[in-house]
Amino acid sequence: MKTIKILLPFLTLILLFGSCSKKGKKSGGALAGDVAEKVYVAPGEHDEFYAFISGGFSGQLSVYGLPSGRLFKVIPVFSLDAEKAYGFNEETKPMLNTSFGFVPWDDAHHPDISQTNGELDGRWCFINGNNTPRIARIDLSTFETAEIIEIPNSAGNHSSSFITENTEYVVASTRFSIPIPQKDMPISEYKSNFKGTMSFISVDKETGNMDIKFQLLMPGFDYDLSHPGRDKSHGWFFFTTYNTEEANSLLEVNASQNDKDFIAAVNWKKIEEYVNNGGGKKVAAKYAHNVYNDHTHTATSTIKDQVVMVDPRDVPGAIFFLPTPKSPHGCDVDPSGEYIVGSGKLAAELTVHSFSKMLKAIEGKKFDGEAYGIPILKYDEVLAGVVKQPGLGPLHTEFDGKGYAYTTFFISSEVVKWKLGTWEVVDRKPTYYSVGHLMIPGGNSRKPFGKYLVAMNKITKDRYLPTGPEVNQSAQLYDISGDKMELLLDFPTIGEPHYAAGCPASLLTDKSKKIYKLEDNKHKYAITKEADAKVVRSGNEVHIYMSMIRSHFAPDNIEGIQVGDKVYFHVTNLEQDYDVPHGISMIGANTSELLIMPGQTETFIWEPKQVGVWPFYCTDFCSALHQEMQGYVRVSPKGSSTPISYTLDGESTSGK
Amino acid sequence: MKKSKIIMLIAASLLLTLFIFPLWNITLEAPQYPDPIGMNIHINKIADMNPHDIQNINLMNHYVGMKDIPENMLEFSIFPIVVVTMFVLGILFAITGNYRLFLIWFVLMSLLGIAGMVDFYMWEHDYGTNLSQTAAIKFTNEDGTPMAYQPPLFGTKTILNFVAHSYPRLGAVALILSIGLSLVAFIFGKNENKKL
Ligand SMILES: [Cu+2]
Repeated sequence: MKTIKILLPFLTLILLFGSCSKKGKKSGGALAGDVAEKVYVAPGEHDEFYAFISGGFSGQLSVYGLPSGRLFKVIPVFSLDAEKAYGFNEETKPMLNTSFGFVPWDDAHHPDISQTNGELDGRWCFINGNNTPRIARIDLSTFETAEIIEIPNSAGNHSSSFITENTEYVVASTRFSIPIPQKDMPISEYKSNFKGTMSFISVDKETGNMDIKFQLLMPGFDYDLSHPGRDKSHGWFFFTTYNTEEANSLLEVNASQNDKDFIAAVNWKKIEEYVNNGGGKKVAAKYAHNVYNDHTHTATSTIKDQVVMVDPRDVPGAIFFLPTPKSPHGCDVDPSGEYIVGSGKLAAELTVHSFSKMLKAIEGKKFDGEAYGIPILKYDEVLAGVVKQPGLGPLHTEFDGKGYAYTTFFISSEVVKWKLGTWEVVDRKPTYYSVGHLMIPGGNSRKPFGKYLVAMNKITKDRYLPTGPEVNQSAQLYDISGDKMELLLDFPTIGEPHYAAGCPASLLTDKSKKIYKLEDNKHKYAITKEADAKVVRSGNEVHIYMSMIRSHFAPDNIEGIQVGDKVYFHVTNLEQDYDVPHGISMIGANTSELLIMPGQTETFIWEPKQVGVWPFYCTDFCSALHQEMQGYVRVSPKGSSTPISYTLDGESTSGK
Repeated sequence: MKKSKIIMLIAASLLLTLFIFPLWNITLEAPQYPDPIGMNIHINKIADMNPHDIQNINLMNHYVGMKDIPENMLEFSIFPIVVVTMFVLGILFAITGNYRLFLIWFVLMSLLGIAGMVDFYMWEHDYGTNLSQTAAIKFTNEDGTPMAYQPPLFGTKTILNFVAHSYPRLGAVALILSIGLSLVAFIFGKNENKKL
């Protein structure tokens, strides 16, 4: 009976919005006439903001412009990308190496842009791979993945990759608790035997290079999302948990029984100090650390074998649990650092904790028992307030920097604007349909740019022309500069956008790289001028040092290759002009094309299986004579006496 | 010191700036080059306006059979010698204080300046008209003669998809100033002589 009473108002809401949306659509959109103007970016003009939207199960990170919703680039991160040869060419294959070997796909979830003093600095964007736990760092001068670190002792790397306000750490934590270290044991013995970890990965101030500073061994809950404290709460990190029931089967029921789960508040500065003083235990762990070098244009993968593990019970006063109703998902900290919003997915209200009340409660030891040695703070002692009847299924909150918070509601499919401090709902707008996360540029920082809001929807249905059973996901852009939110635009997204980060365009445009300097090319097989092109045989390996420039390859005729050879095409683009890549592909090569940027060298391997004369060509329309940019390789039988030779314009050179 | 002498010293010294500043600039604009590309012509080299511009100009021009912009030219070794010689001569003339010598320097410099322009024009003409027989693209004028791609000596001109701008730079200004001042020095010197 009780449930029905609670649900009734929401059912009305659903009906209300259900009908609303239909009406809106039939009348061609209940949009004001000037809406088109607000998203119109005239030809040749630039957008005001960049939006980095996760590709979810595509494994990649997409780059959009706001307010136009135009797609600029898809940055390959965790998945193979034939278009850019990511994971196909010899240079980037190491990027996808893990302790499990080459893993060519992942589920990319939560991008976060680096910060200095709590404000976006636009140096890097971090994003987590959910499935085979990894964190990637994308360089925002090249828009390329620069580094990937695997997270050991973790499974379902969901509560990641959020950064502290000076990018001291990027944080990753487990969704699935598992035996740590892994071992063969009955799943039914999950409770109190399985553990979760929270990893604090330090980020080098200059290079951005990541290193796991320590891992916290946590109770066997599921850790969902997290956010750093900022400003006054800088030094703390907050993580939502669910399945505090520690169920291991049919979680949809068994993990939804507790009235309250927790937000874990972690004083990472305290733990950092403990570790710096030699605290924590060095434990064996196998994980890959992959770094791409912009000078060698090559990635290296190193397997590491150790992490520092910290048992929270050894650092009293560092971790506390804040009871938070019903399986909270989002865990969002307002720009002042005072409010911690816990979005209980299954709760009727939105819970907001107070950081200063939390400190007081800790000081006054206002505990309500403990869990695995971690004190549980009294709910009433830490609560700042609740947003009453906000909607159904709250997921994620961001802030506009003007005292308002915006929360997405998955079940009631809407974005709700409410006021911090008074907790009153001031506006709500439907989303189409079933919104997951939302993004306000800088909404994760001390200084949000509260002009636009992007809602990322889970369900698309009829929003676009049908494309068979599979339709792209849909994002929606709202103007939040006024009192009321205004829906401006729909645009499709790649994969499943779980989360996004945005920043003013001006933060990135000036430092965006246009070419790689040829003189800085330190690739092992690079050549810097045509005259250095050569073909070298050693055993059955043949290395072709090739160059490309408008509109030819050097060399372009190669003879003396034999069936069974392993032929390495090391191709350098000699161009030094913006936006003049060349591509190369070889008939029958069991790999993708290469798409090589000016000044860059890339390699693919071709293993000819049949005698004959086989062509290769440029795959990127580079110039008026692009179609002439081609060449031949002559393949002779194994053991043939045809010597290695190669030419450009008939001038023959014999091989070495 | 006499005013004419000082002016003549300045006139001669101005020549040294030619070792720093370019004489001339040719800039090419096209829709696909939102940042125009160009070259700066110095007395001893032709340099990129922005990094890699010359390589990019060469890359485009080779389609119509134009030669690469030379890294070495006879002029690049002759011009510096001429400039240094005229500088030394100018200083010596200034020291003598003989205003008639100033006039000689002025005439000499003017002739050299004109010779330089003629030489520049001839190079440009060769660069724009002496095309490779194996050029990939051969455009012809309406009368059937091969199209020329010579940039203007001075001014702006449309060449196929490019708009070429050819204008003096700081070096040329200094050069003209230098020549002009030597004439001023001569006039001052003449007047000073009358007063005596
Ligand atoms: Cu090409």
